[in-house]
Amino acid sequence: MDKEKFIERVLFLLALSSISSLVIITIFIFVEGLPLIMHTGLKDFILSSHWAPTKGFFGIGAMIVSSLLVTLGAMVLGVPLGLACAIVLAEFSSERLRRLLKPTLELLAGIPSVVYGFLGVIWLVPLIRDHLGGPGLSLLAAAVILGIMILPTVISISIDALTAVPDVYRDGSIALGATEWQTVRRVALPAPSSGIITAVILGMGRAVGETMAVIMVAGNAIKLPASVLDPVRTLTSNIALELGYAAGRHREALFATGIVLFVIIMILNFSATLITRRR
Amino acid sequence: MAWRLHPRITQGVAKTVLWTLTGLTLLILIFIIVNISVKGLPQVTLSFLSQDPQDMGRHGGIFSTIVATVYLTLLAIALASPLGVGTAIYLTEYTREGWATRIIRFGAECLAGVPSIILGLFGFVLFVMKLGFGWSIISGGLTLAIMVLPIIIRTSEEAIKAVPQEYRQVCYSLGLSQWQTITRIVLPSALPGITTGIMLSVGRSLGETAVLLFTAGAALRTPTSFFDSGRTMAVHFYILAREGISMPNAYGTAAILMFSILLINLVAYGLMQRLMRRYS
Repeated sequence: MDKEKFIERVLFLLALSSISSLVIITIFIFVEGLPLIMHTGLKDFILSSHWAPTKGFFGIGAMIVSSLLVTLGAMVLGVPLGLACAIVLAEFSSERLRRLLKPTLELLAGIPSVVYGFLGVIWLVPLIRDHLGGPGLSLLAAAVILGIMILPTVISISIDALTAVPDVYRDGSIALGATEWQTVRRVALPAPSSGIITAVILGMGRAVGETMAVIMVAGNAIKLPASVLDPVRTLTSNIALELGYAAGRHREALFATGIVLFVIIMILNFSATLITRRR
Repeated sequence: MAWRLHPRITQGVAKTVLWTLTGLTLLILIFIIVNISVKGLPQVTLSFLSQDPQDMGRHGGIFSTIVATVYLTLLAIALASPLGVGTAIYLTEYTREGWATRIIRFGAECLAGVPSIILGLFGFVLFVMKLGFGWSIISGGLTLAIMVLPIIIRTSEEAIKAVPQEYRQVCYSLGLSQWQTITRIVLPSALPGITTGIMLSVGRSLGETAVLLFTAGAALRTPTSFFDSGRTMAVHFYILAREGISMPNAYGTAAILMFSILLINLVAYGLMQRLMRRYS
C-alpha cells in the first residue's frame, strides 16, 4: 500500500475513534443504568418521588421536575436579557462597541461554573433569604445563577444569527418608512429566528447539564418544590452528591439518573441540529 | 381602529428597555470579575503560590493543586490534540461532504453537548473502576481528553478551512503529494488556529470540576505518578467554598483560576483573529 493511502487510512481511524468515544460513553451509561430501570420499572423510576436508595426506593420524579423548573427559570431570566443584549449589539450599537463587547462576553463564557456557584452562595443566597424568605438555597437561586451562566452562549450565537441577515433587508424596510425598531422586530428578528432558537436550545442544554453551580446554591432537598423559594435537587446534583459513596443498586440508580439526563440532552442537541440544518 | 402609539414613541420605549437590559447584563458580568479581583487578588502572594495547602487548605498555599492541574491538563491535551487535529484534517482534506463527514461532525457536536457530570460518570466506571486506574491523574486526563476533543476538532477544522484553496493548488502543480501539501503548507498556515483550539481546551480543563471530582479524586498530596490522585485548583476551590474551610483562600484560588482562564482565552482569541484576518 502506498504512503498516501496509508496516511488516509490512519486519519480515517483517528476520526472514527473520536466519534466512537461518544458511542462508548452511551453504551457504558446505559449498560450500568438500564438494569435498575428494568428492575424498578420505568414508570416508577421517573414518576415516583420516593428516593431512599439504601431502602430500595428509586424514584427520581421530583428531580426531573426540579431540573426542568430550574432550567425553565434560567430561560425566563437569561433569554430576554441575552436577546436584548444581542439585539442592541447587532442592530443599535456602533461597530466599534460590538467589536469590543462581543469578544469580551465570549471570554466570560470561560469563567468556571464553580465561581458562579460560589458568588451565588456569597451574594444571592443571603439576598433571597433576607428579602424573600425561605432558606435562600432555592430553586430561585439556582435559576438566577444558571440564567446568568447561559448569557454568553445565548448572546454570542444570537449576534451571529442577527449579523448574518443581509443589510439589504434592513435598507428595504427603512426605505419603506419603517422605524429602526419596526425593522428589527418585523425584519431582522424573524429572518434568523432558527439561529436564535438554536441559541436558546444550546443555552437550555448548558442549564440542564450544569452541576457544580447548582449543587452550591439549590439546597439539594429531595422533594417536589411548592414554591420558587424551596430547596430543590436536580438530576445532575443527585449524581454528583451521591456517586462518591454509592455502591450496588444505589450506584446503578445514579447511572440510571444519568440515562434520563443523557436522553434529555440528546433530544435538545438533536433538535438544535435539525433546526440549524433546515436553513 | 384600535388606538396605537406613534411608531417613534414605540421605538423610543423599545430602545430604552433594550439598552437598560444590556446595561444590566454587563453590570452583572463586571460585578463577577470585580468581586473576585477585589477579594481574591490580595490573597495571591508568592508564598500562596509556592506553599502546599496545610490543614485541609485552611492555611498555606495551593502549590500541590497547581501541580495536579498542570499534569492533568498536559495529559489531556497530549491525548486529545493528535486525535482532534487528525480528525479535522480528515474532515477537511480527505473527504467530500457526504454522509461520513456529516456523521462525524454530528458526533462531535453531540459530544460537545454531553454534560460534564455524564463524562464524570463514564470516566468513573471505565477508567477508575473497570480498568482499575483508581482515582488518578491518568483517569482524569483520559476523561478530560474526551471533554476537550470536540473543541479541538471544531477550531482546527475552521483553521484548516481558512487556508486558501490556491495554496493547495500551487503545491499540487509543483508536484507535491497530498500529505506533503498538508504537512508543509496547510498545517503551518493553520497553526495559529489549531493553537487557539488547544488553548481553549486548556482553559476549559482548568475550570472543570464535575469530571475531575470522580476521576482524579481530591487528594491534597502533590501527585508524583500518573496513578496518584490529584486535586486541581478548581476542585480545591470547590471544596474550600462548599465546606466553608477558608473564604480568603477560596477567593485567592478563584482569582488565580479566573485570571489564568481569561488570559488563556484572550490569547486564543487573538491568535484566531490574526489567522482570519490574514486569509480573508
